[in-house]
Amino acid sequence: MARAGWWSTVAETLDARPVTGWAMTRTLLGARLRAQASFRGSFAVDLVSQFAASLVDFAELYVLLHNAPVIGGMNLTQAGVVFGLSTLAFGLADLVFGQLDRVDRLIRAGQLDTLLLRPTSLLLQLVTADVQLRRLGRAGFGLAAYLVALAWAGVTWTPANVALAVIAPVGGVLIFGALFLASGSLLFWVLDGGQAGNALTYGGRYVSSVPGAALAAPLRAFYTFVVPTILVAYVPAAVLLGLPLPALLWPPMAWLGVPVGVVLWGVVLLIWRASIRHYTGAGG
Amino acid sequence: MAIIETRGLTRDYVAYDGSGLRRTRRLVRALDGLDLRVEPGEAVGYLGANGSGKSTTIKMLTGILVPSSGSVRTCGLDPVPSRRQLSKRIGVVFGQRSALWWDLPLVESFPILAAIHRLPEASWRPRFDTLVDGLELGAFLERPVRNLSLGQRMRGEVAAALLHSPDLVVLDEPTIGLDMISKDNVRRFLARDRAERGTTLLLTTHDLADVQRLCGRMVVIDSGRLVFDGTEARLAEATDAERLLVIDLAEPVEGGALASVLPPGCRLDAVEAEGRRVSLAFTAAISAAQVLAAVASRAEVVELALAEPAIEDLVRQLYTRESPTNAASRPSRTSW
Repeated sequence: MARAGWWSTVAETLDARPVTGWAMTRTLLGARLRAQASFRGSFAVDLVSQFAASLVDFAELYVLLHNAPVIGGMNLTQAGVVFGLSTLAFGLADLVFGQLDRVDRLIRAGQLDTLLLRPTSLLLQLVTADVQLRRLGRAGFGLAAYLVALAWAGVTWTPANVALAVIAPVGGVLIFGALFLASGSLLFWVLDGGQAGNALTYGGRYVSSVPGAALAAPLRAFYTFVVPTILVAYVPAAVLLGLPLPALLWPPMAWLGVPVGVVLWGVVLLIWRASIRHYTGAGG
Repeated sequence: MAIIETRGLTRDYVAYDGSGLRRTRRLVRALDGLDLRVEPGEAVGYLGANGSGKSTTIKMLTGILVPSSGSVRTCGLDPVPSRRQLSKRIGVVFGQRSALWWDLPLVESFPILAAIHRLPEASWRPRFDTLVDGLELGAFLERPVRNLSLGQRMRGEVAAALLHSPDLVVLDEPTIGLDMISKDNVRRFLARDRAERGTTLLLTTHDLADVQRLCGRMVVIDSGRLVFDGTEARLAEATDAERLLVIDLAEPVEGGALASVLPPGCRLDAVEAEGRRVSLAFTAAISAAQVLAAVASRAEVVELALAEPAIEDLVRQLYTRESPTNAASRPSRTSW
């Protein structure tokens, strides 16, 4: 680096601009990505295995539909749209928020205290501290399945349908992200609550990846109005494909992903903050 | 304004006995009515055995634990509600938990921490250079943190806690695994930083040797209660605990002959290895150098080790010397 002459002060050669929140986030994320790059081999294996795991999930659906050609009013291609959309949304949410359901390890190791003693949000630190790029494998598989199934299923591409096809994954990411945060919050209260949290996140994912009409009505009601994962993929997919919806579901609900996701985030953030307060109250 | 001020600071934990239906709830008092006032620029050694309430105190001072009763102010702030604001003004090193990025070279942790503290490069870079010099990090800056020795890592942790030039530095059992050189290094740097910047230092430990020569003031707690608050010299005087110097000699000495040359306040504790190893116990009234000189006048010294009195012994001494209620109620500011 070309430095100015002897009269210059250090302050002149160094960046003195204030650090924005965005710059901080970039720095944190960059650190995480560099740390992962230091284990190149295992990263590649992880990426491939995530992709393969999604393939197995899809094979399950395929076997099901091969034996019963129509399930919940959908054939294989149509169910593929649901599966692809669900897998894409879950994959992206898992990429960003997936590590929140492991906050119990940080609590046990006392590492959470270190994070709490930094002047930035705990959520931001947790999200950036453990982003797992290998989860791109799952999201990538979901995206491919979504696009291929949409192309095969013969969707009428009206402007409304195009908009819905784009906005539906966004709503799904919001909803699944909120579920991960809720699952993480639970761990502050019940340190061994990991399994209950998994029921919320991974259970929600499973329900969202199959045609919702195949579920019994009470189950469908639960996964619409309590844990709204049916809204992630099944409802938008049915509307895109012009298929009828079962009882308790109406076509306009296809657009509810984003608003419901936002409301859910509001509620879950309140719970998250209460959980941190609980932690400082109980002393870990 | 005091940098730390607690009044009647108390913390209870809920503990459960037994299991299943017979489980009973019990309150355990981890800290009991602590009154502590620390002025800016002080260096305080906070001593206590494991489980005496040190960590509980630190957690409440830094805002990660709500007090059960009593009040606490750190840097003039109420720690729990203003935790994030407070975190800009304090630096904390937890001996057993890392604040560094484990998989990255040590040097990379600092720009990240600076970003978290929203420090522009112009303000953190000169500070970083000072830390690298003072704590001698240069030799291992490029090594991933997970590959550092404990002593190296701990120096890195101290640098990380000091990067944002905090008003108060809290070192919670920092010397676990610190080798002698690192310990001295950290000690010298902290002393200099304090002199230059007026940083306040609070160091918790169960090992008296950690805080000697670094902390002018000693606070001792036992079972959640303050049992001593005063200077290092007064602590030594109040406890009269003996240090132990173990010396290996080139040739055997005879016990009686050695005892005759020892200064007053020093006694021959044991003679081992056919007179080639002697253990000498001595009080705070005399220095280790005096004892060593006396022995060296009789035989050539090969190797030596100095053992400080254990904190448990000190506390026991404090109890036997004076009733604990007197010790606890002694006004902290008059004693030094």
